[in-house]
Amino acid sequence: MRRSDQLPIELRPAGLYCPAGDFYVDPWRPVERAVITHAHADHARSGHVHYLCAAAAADVMRARLGDIRLQTLDYGEPLVVGRARVSLHPAGHVLGSAQVSIEIDGHRTVLSGDYKLQADPTCAPFEPQRCDLFVTESTFGLPIYRWPDSATVIDQIRNWWHDNAAAGRASLVFVYAFGKAQRLLASLADGPGPVVCHGAVEALNRVYRAGGVTLPPTRAVDDGIDRAALQRALVLAPPSAAGSPWLKRFAPYADAFASGWMQVRGQRRRRALDRGFVLSDHADWPALLQAIDATGAETLRVTHGHVAVMVRWLHEQGLDAGAFETAYGEQPGGDG
Amino acid sequence: MKRFAALFHALDAANGSRHKQQALLAYLAAAPAEDAATACWLLAGGRPLRPVAAPVMRAAAQTAADLPDWLFDECYERVGDLAETIALLLPAPAPGDDLGLRRMLVGHIMPLRELSRDDQAAGLRALWRQIDGDSMLVVNKLITGAFRVGLSRQGVVRALASHSALAPERISQRLTGLLASRQPPGADDWYGLTAAGDDGDTDALPCPFFLAHPLTGEPAPRLGPAGDWLAEWKWDGMRGQLVRRGGVSHLWSRGGELVSDRFPELLAMAAMLPPELRIDGEIIVWPADAERPLPFNVLQRRINLKQVGRKLLAEAPACFVAYDLLGIDGEDLRRQPLASRRQRLEALLATCEDPRLRLSEAIASDDWNALVEAREAARSRGAEGLMLKRRDSAYGEGRSRSQARGDWWKWKLSPMSVDAVLVHALRGHGRRAGLFTDYGFALWDRPVSRPDAALVGFAKAYSGLDDAEIRRIDSFIRRNTVERFGPVRTVRPELVMEIGFDAVAPSRRHKSGLAVRFPRILRIRDDKRADQANTLAELRALMPAEPG
Repeated sequence: MRRSDQLPIELRPAGLYCPAGDFYVDPWRPVERAVITHAHADHARSGHVHYLCAAAAADVMRARLGDIRLQTLDYGEPLVVGRARVSLHPAGHVLGSAQVSIEIDGHRTVLSGDYKLQADPTCAPFEPQRCDLFVTESTFGLPIYRWPDSATVIDQIRNWWHDNAAAGRASLVFVYAFGKAQRLLASLADGPGPVVCHGAVEALNRVYRAGGVTLPPTRAVDDGIDRAALQRALVLAPPSAAGSPWLKRFAPYADAFASGWMQVRGQRRRRALDRGFVLSDHADWPALLQAIDATGAETLRVTHGHVAVMVRWLHEQGLDAGAFETAYGEQPGGDG
Repeated sequence: MKRFAALFHALDAANGSRHKQQALLAYLAAAPAEDAATACWLLAGGRPLRPVAAPVMRAAAQTAADLPDWLFDECYERVGDLAETIALLLPAPAPGDDLGLRRMLVGHIMPLRELSRDDQAAGLRALWRQIDGDSMLVVNKLITGAFRVGLSRQGVVRALASHSALAPERISQRLTGLLASRQPPGADDWYGLTAAGDDGDTDALPCPFFLAHPLTGEPAPRLGPAGDWLAEWKWDGMRGQLVRRGGVSHLWSRGGELVSDRFPELLAMAAMLPPELRIDGEIIVWPADAERPLPFNVLQRRINLKQVGRKLLAEAPACFVAYDLLGIDGEDLRRQPLASRRQRLEALLATCEDPRLRLSEAIASDDWNALVEAREAARSRGAEGLMLKRRDSAYGEGRSRSQARGDWWKWKLSPMSVDAVLVHALRGHGRRAGLFTDYGFALWDRPVSRPDAALVGFAKAYSGLDDAEIRRIDSFIRRNTVERFGPVRTVRPELVMEIGFDAVAPSRRHKSGLAVRFPRILRIRDDKRADQANTLAELRALMPAEPG
């Protein structure tokens, strides 16, 4: 077994660094060469000189970061960088999300980025990778997080939408604008009224559609939708829109939040929303353990989330587990 | 159970009392009589004796979930509620028979109390295997006793009144009787609760208490002339109702609990009063020859003990301060104006010379200036401030009824305060689960200039901050934790807050030697460093001087 200080990935002030290939994965400070797992803001930051990401992520990357120097790889396509052989594999988190595989002299490291094992019609499903070192996220790394079946949750949302429409009020769901919103959309065709998207959501819908993902028709508020239709509408807005004047036009409405954080009642009640739907783009506790097990890795490093819990648990399972203190988001209310 | 679980989740999800009323009414219309009765009893605050101690439940859940100690604790800390933690951790059970709410409670939950600890654990695990996922949280909450849902007793009364087309007052009175029992009501009680007709006032139940609103700001001019008001001292005791029926005395607390056994001297005193009587007042510890009552923490020793020894009776003699005469000789006086009730109360008490029964003093109130001065003197009398009651007002019910709003005000003194250092933190519960919201504060044990000065904990407080401030303090605590003992974090002593409280009293139970009453956070003092916080001696100096 390698000693920790000889791991092929090390933590530097700018982020997780691979000396053999002289590049970073999802760095949080500007660097020369950055491999990006997915285009969420805490993983794909601006200011790097060269970017590498999955081909399926290219459009979102450009939409969010502008005119960057971007190289892409198809899933599974190898690229030699220095002494490292790099390839990207689906992570099932959002459109274009990837696990980063780094092979050096027959030793394979996989960095998960963010991932989930649940089915998602808007992105390629997670593919487990055998490796020696697995670097995993731990956003929902506590046994209290066990997701209900996503089809059940979708049904709950659909029923709630129908009930609201019957009562003459709009159904406002706060969702992360990139990923969760499109996953919901793709699962919720043929409701009792139109689907209206906040500008931040609609911008991503366009990118998804251009990338070949089928989404049902959506409307923007400036389309001139009549009031009667608004009272049957499903409205998707980012959490940042909560309390903003943009929402006033939908009154009366019922509101909800779709996120893994909604698993805990206190989180739901703190937001004083009508409903909380447990729908996450991250792996829950059983899925984290399943994914880790499937890698066959003997060495594990845990990043953002419930790091201490995961490390201790894995350690008690007899694995070489440690932590990387990363700067990726871990606050409830963020990407969940 | 499923129907009640659905009601619980509907009440939990609903924002706004109209939706809650609708949900409860729909439940009452559909549920069997015994479940409807038990549901109302639970929602209005009725509880069985706790069937299982929390550690037993926790251990059984940990075994059932097959998790190590530490990981169960991490989960509990995150969720902030044992019942919910268990519901989230246990494997989803196979849905079994759907028992009704009352049968679940009486047949499966309450009998756990009679078992040995080992059998309790086995019984819990068997129970958990039977109930469906939606009921799991509710059943666990019934077991832990932490069953709270955003519906007030008045909300239950309103729904019952609307369901049965009866006056809310009658419902409230009947409900008070049910709430005095630890036994969940059954079908007969449901018919009794909702039956049309008069109760003939044959029982010794308390009638609902009338509650005051806090008065903030100046009373003049918005309350009109001072002469319209009866001003009394606001005592820091335990509100109570003395009911005499057929010559038998009953002493009720505001929570609807019968407390007669705890105050034998007050029962002895009441025996001299007319046989049919109802008086609203305050139970307080007040020795016969003392000028003012003893602080609340002395009374607390009496409240906590069901059996009172002779020594405690001598050290902490109780007294009933009479505020209001609600009924006498079978006549209900509650609709009469306060002024005439007061006259009859004075006449009644004039015939009775017993230091255990005192008439609440009426403070001369010709003008507001005199009352402002009286209020300033309240603390030296051992009072918290003044009560203002409109002289022509009827005796209302509860706090929320709008037509009576503004008839009774509690006009408390501004709190005393010290600047103290944040030293401990715990995560909150319920809406505040996961955030550090419960704080321990310390003061210096000697002047900070002395090299051996140390911080000594003196109070815990968790209210007074807004959501943004709570998030800020939460982040401070995460960054400045120096030690963890179970759920308690020791925090680097840097942050100073101004802590308000209503009274200080000597205490043998506190390390600081002092107990403060109703501590709460007034503000964060970013302008102060820890070494500028107050000392215990400065806190002690806030106690009123011993009389003469």
